[in-house]
Amino acid sequence: MKRSSQSRIKTLKIDGIDVAAREHETILKLAQENGIFIPTLCHIEGLSEYGGCRLCLIEVKGSSKLLPACMTYAEEGMEVTTNSKRLRQYRYTVLDMLFSERNHVCSVCVSNGHCELQYLAARTGMTHVEVPYLNPNVPVDASHPYFIMDHNRCILCQRCVRVCDEIEWASTKGVMGRGVDSRIIHDLNDAWGDSLTCTSCGKCVNVCPTGALVQKGKSAGEMEKRRDWLPYLRLMHEE
Amino acid sequence: MSAKAKLATVWLDGCSGCHMSFLDIDERLLDLAELADLVYSPLVDLKTFPEMADVTLVEGAVSSQEDYEKIKKVRAHTKILVSLGDCAVTSNVPGMRNQFKVEDVLARAYLENVDLHPQIPLEVIPPLLKTSVPVHQVVAVDVYVPGCPPPADTIFYVLTELLAGRKPVMTGKTRFGV
Repeated sequence: MKRSSQSRIKTLKIDGIDVAAREHETILKLAQENGIFIPTLCHIEGLSEYGGCRLCLIEVKGSSKLLPACMTYAEEGMEVTTNSKRLRQYRYTVLDMLFSERNHVCSVCVSNGHCELQYLAARTGMTHVEVPYLNPNVPVDASHPYFIMDHNRCILCQRCVRVCDEIEWASTKGVMGRGVDSRIIHDLNDAWGDSLTCTSCGKCVNVCPTGALVQKGKSAGEMEKRRDWLPYLRLMHEE
Repeated sequence: MSAKAKLATVWLDGCSGCHMSFLDIDERLLDLAELADLVYSPLVDLKTFPEMADVTLVEGAVSSQEDYEKIKKVRAHTKILVSLGDCAVTSNVPGMRNQFKVEDVLARAYLENVDLHPQIPLEVIPPLLKTSVPVHQVVAVDVYVPGCPPPADTIFYVLTELLAGRKPVMTGKTRFGV
């Protein structure tokens, strides 16, 4: 190995453990390689980072702000904390608000048992939602012949928007509105079944972490997503 | 006077599945009976809530005026209140009506889908609250046991820990939905 490429290796500490990172490697990826768990929802291997869910927030020594691990690059001499009381409190609050913002009814959801939001709640020891539920009246779009968009379960992670744009190159999906009124839309807020750009590829359904995007005909707990194809397609695009 | 602890269970707006899961403790119910007396429950005949229960399991969401008054009374007469199951913890299925107006919900159930004498009941059935809410939105809750229903093993674990004077740790024992 040449000396110049050697110097690109960064050495830093995560939770007191010495780790080595490649250039342009995120703290999230580095932590995963070293078996350190950082919760994520909007991140998915094979798509660009969005940094919207704020679950992967970390503390970096010398910075008063919390930084998203998925968008923070490893730097020489960094000291990163991934699991402090303060971070656990922030993550708990994020999950609290995600659960209260739409209508997540795990027991009758088609994704029960295969949902990343449900899994993270269990993994972080969350037992209840502290803030009052908003109970929004949001629609279910079942106009597509194969798939359903259930806004009750949507957490606005935008994986579907990114996969549609970056991998399928259809850009059917987008986001309309702001804050709690944000909604995933198709084309110019058309019914999904009326979309002229949707190729019916189903990639959005498979990257969705919850029961917001599902196949038709699935009953409670039956919807399992497949993601193994995504890194390969990303690789093909890069070649 | 018995030195045993006093255990109560209450059934609000739920399907009774959590009580079924409680019964699924099976032969270990005998072990529980050594530790505590069941002093009030849909499963026993006693009609009045005791002066002070040590542990009360609450199944179901708070959906009606009757639920509201009952849980207020139960809280005042319970040392440790346990929200048992997703309806008590999240309002779950009863809460699915929350995005609609009460009048619309009643009209759908008692008028629109009824062929014979459609009418909204005004007697016997308690009036619904505006929304169906988790127990902790009405009274303070000490222990949360999510699950639809929580597994029998989890209920047994929670009860034996509480009766031994310890606070149960729920991580890995149950989750929303189950």
